[in-house]
Amino acid sequence: MRVGAFDAAARPDMIELERRLIEMGFVEGAQIHLLHEGFIGRDPIAVRVDDTTVALRRRDASLILVDPEA
Amino acid sequence: MSATASPVIALVGCPNCGKTALFNALTGSRQKVANYPGVTVERKAGVFATAGGRRVQVLDLPGTYSLRARSPDEAVTRDVVLGRFKGEAAPDALLVVADATNLRFALRLVLELKHTGRRLILAVNMIDIARRQGAIIDLEGLEAALGVPVVATVAVRKGGIADLLSRLDDVIDRAPEAAINQWHEPDAAELRDAHRAAERILRRCLSRPADSTLTARIDNVLLHPVAGVIILLALLFMIFQAVFTWAVPVMDLIKSGFDTVAAFADAILPAGMLQSLVTDGIISGVGSVLVFLPQILTLFFFIILLEDSGYMARAAFLMDKIMGGAGLHGRAFIPLLSSFACAIPGVMATRVIDQRRDRLATILVAPLMTCSARIPVYTLIISAFVPARTVWGGLQLQGLVMFGLYATGILSALVIATILKRLVWRHRPEPFLMELPSYKLPNPRNVIFGLWQRATIFLRRAGTVIFSMMIVIWFLSSVPGAPADATEPAINYSIAGVIGHWLAPALAPVGFNWQISIALIPGLAAREVMVAALGTVYAIADQGAAVKSALGPILAADWSLPTALAVLAWYVFAPQCASTLAVIKRETNSWIWPTVTFLYMLTLAYLAAFATYHIATALLA
Repeated sequence: MRVGAFDAAARPDMIELERRLIEMGFVEGAQIHLLHEGFIGRDPIAVRVDDTTVALRRRDASLILVDPEA
Repeated sequence: MSATASPVIALVGCPNCGKTALFNALTGSRQKVANYPGVTVERKAGVFATAGGRRVQVLDLPGTYSLRARSPDEAVTRDVVLGRFKGEAAPDALLVVADATNLRFALRLVLELKHTGRRLILAVNMIDIARRQGAIIDLEGLEAALGVPVVATVAVRKGGIADLLSRLDDVIDRAPEAAINQWHEPDAAELRDAHRAAERILRRCLSRPADSTLTARIDNVLLHPVAGVIILLALLFMIFQAVFTWAVPVMDLIKSGFDTVAAFADAILPAGMLQSLVTDGIISGVGSVLVFLPQILTLFFFIILLEDSGYMARAAFLMDKIMGGAGLHGRAFIPLLSSFACAIPGVMATRVIDQRRDRLATILVAPLMTCSARIPVYTLIISAFVPARTVWGGLQLQGLVMFGLYATGILSALVIATILKRLVWRHRPEPFLMELPSYKLPNPRNVIFGLWQRATIFLRRAGTVIFSMMIVIWFLSSVPGAPADATEPAINYSIAGVIGHWLAPALAPVGFNWQISIALIPGLAAREVMVAALGTVYAIADQGAAVKSALGPILAADWSLPTALAVLAWYVFAPQCASTLAVIKRETNSWIWPTVTFLYMLTLAYLAAFATYHIATALLA
């Protein structure tokens, strides 16, 4: 899977989150796959983004649109 | 750069890049740790000599992914790099440290730092690990693409340091790339561009095999939803065991050391106020805090191991749902764990939490964790009042009560945090976004350095803030002295005695007699001082450990069971520790938060003791 786009344009409160996600490597075209899920409610999740493993909560991850075909 | 002062180099790098290991390799023991003025961010500075024999000052700045500061630590990095930090010389050069196994973020940081106009040099650290994984890094290509000198290092084994030292002379002598600072906070589009630019350089300069790393295989076990949680709990249990068993012989040694010194001072000083100040005030006061040093160091030993190995981020991942349920960050788990030994290192450890409100909430609830200073009080009262019998097939009743007290502390901390984050500071929870670094074997040298730093910080604090508190509390408990024809113990005539008698009516509804009320005042020094203070009020002549064995039967005869239970409930919550409040003042840099902590804990203590006393009285009637 690859990062498709961000859902942030229409949500001004998400601008900071978008920048943080980019800093952790979530840019359009980045190769990602899900590695691990938490015990309770399968949250948080650990995701491989290119060469980095990042832990994040599902509600923050929901800002990222992924393209499952790529 | 002035001709007289030695040049200043600042170390900048992402978290987990081995920056501190490189700092240690450069400076060895020629380093000191303090705080930046006005903020509670650690300032690590040292000196070393370049290959050209030039003396260089070096600053280890807090780790950051960018200059876009999001925490107090990162703000220090930004301001020092930009030369805006008051009282800190603008660095003559920046030594950027990169994790060779994860170059992307470091390259992006180098590109960002180029905007500041400072001289730069890049150390590609942990190159050995990257090569072992089969990566081929074109260092010359990197140098050309970035326009910045690049050296490869293996900081933990001092590899590449000689090369770095010889290149540094050139870097310092070079004219700055741009005279002016052109850095501004990047927006999302600029961040994307920087990330892509870093990616392009990486594609040219790095070739690596498809990744199937050891880390991924370890994580399959350690982050497993079931096995991972079980392993974490087992690890925590082991750390607890160590803190409460390994440390005990050393603690006993320190205790008897202070007793010996106190006895010696007692013998050489003439009886009177000075003798009392030195033995009861200074020696036993400071001793009562220093005795926790072995536990604090044992705990930090494990924390540093977990941190350096990369497991800590996994622990935060596994605990995030539980912590998050109370509105806390996954990382709050470490400070809260530390607080079981002592709230002081716990409050200090909250520095790992980026967000101010998350950090404050953690600081406010950390003192609710059952610290080891409560144990002497708990064991005294439990052994005097709770029968040593087994219930429900094999469970020790005394142990069960002890467990109940621990559980009450934890649950109330979670409840208070929930109230703070859900009702007082209502806003969208801060994002939880954390890199899970590759696993590494901790380097013994760094572990020892880390422990040494913890010890000096704690000792410095015990020597200043805590020391002065102890003198104040001694003063309250000893001045004015008892009249010559005194029939009661001396403390009864002191200011503490007067306050105690004055407080007694207010504490009567929770079942406390005037003796308890008085003992609470010296007990503000540290919780376990309450035991000695009760010994003083009940006029027990024995010293040290003997107080406890003599005191038990007296309390059992003098207190009712509801009173004893009320004292236990009080101690779960009461802010009976001046040192903790002093540390909260220091860490939050404001009197508001220690005051809030004191008041809310006092309120809870009173309510809990009140409820316990009356419920117990009603049940026993």
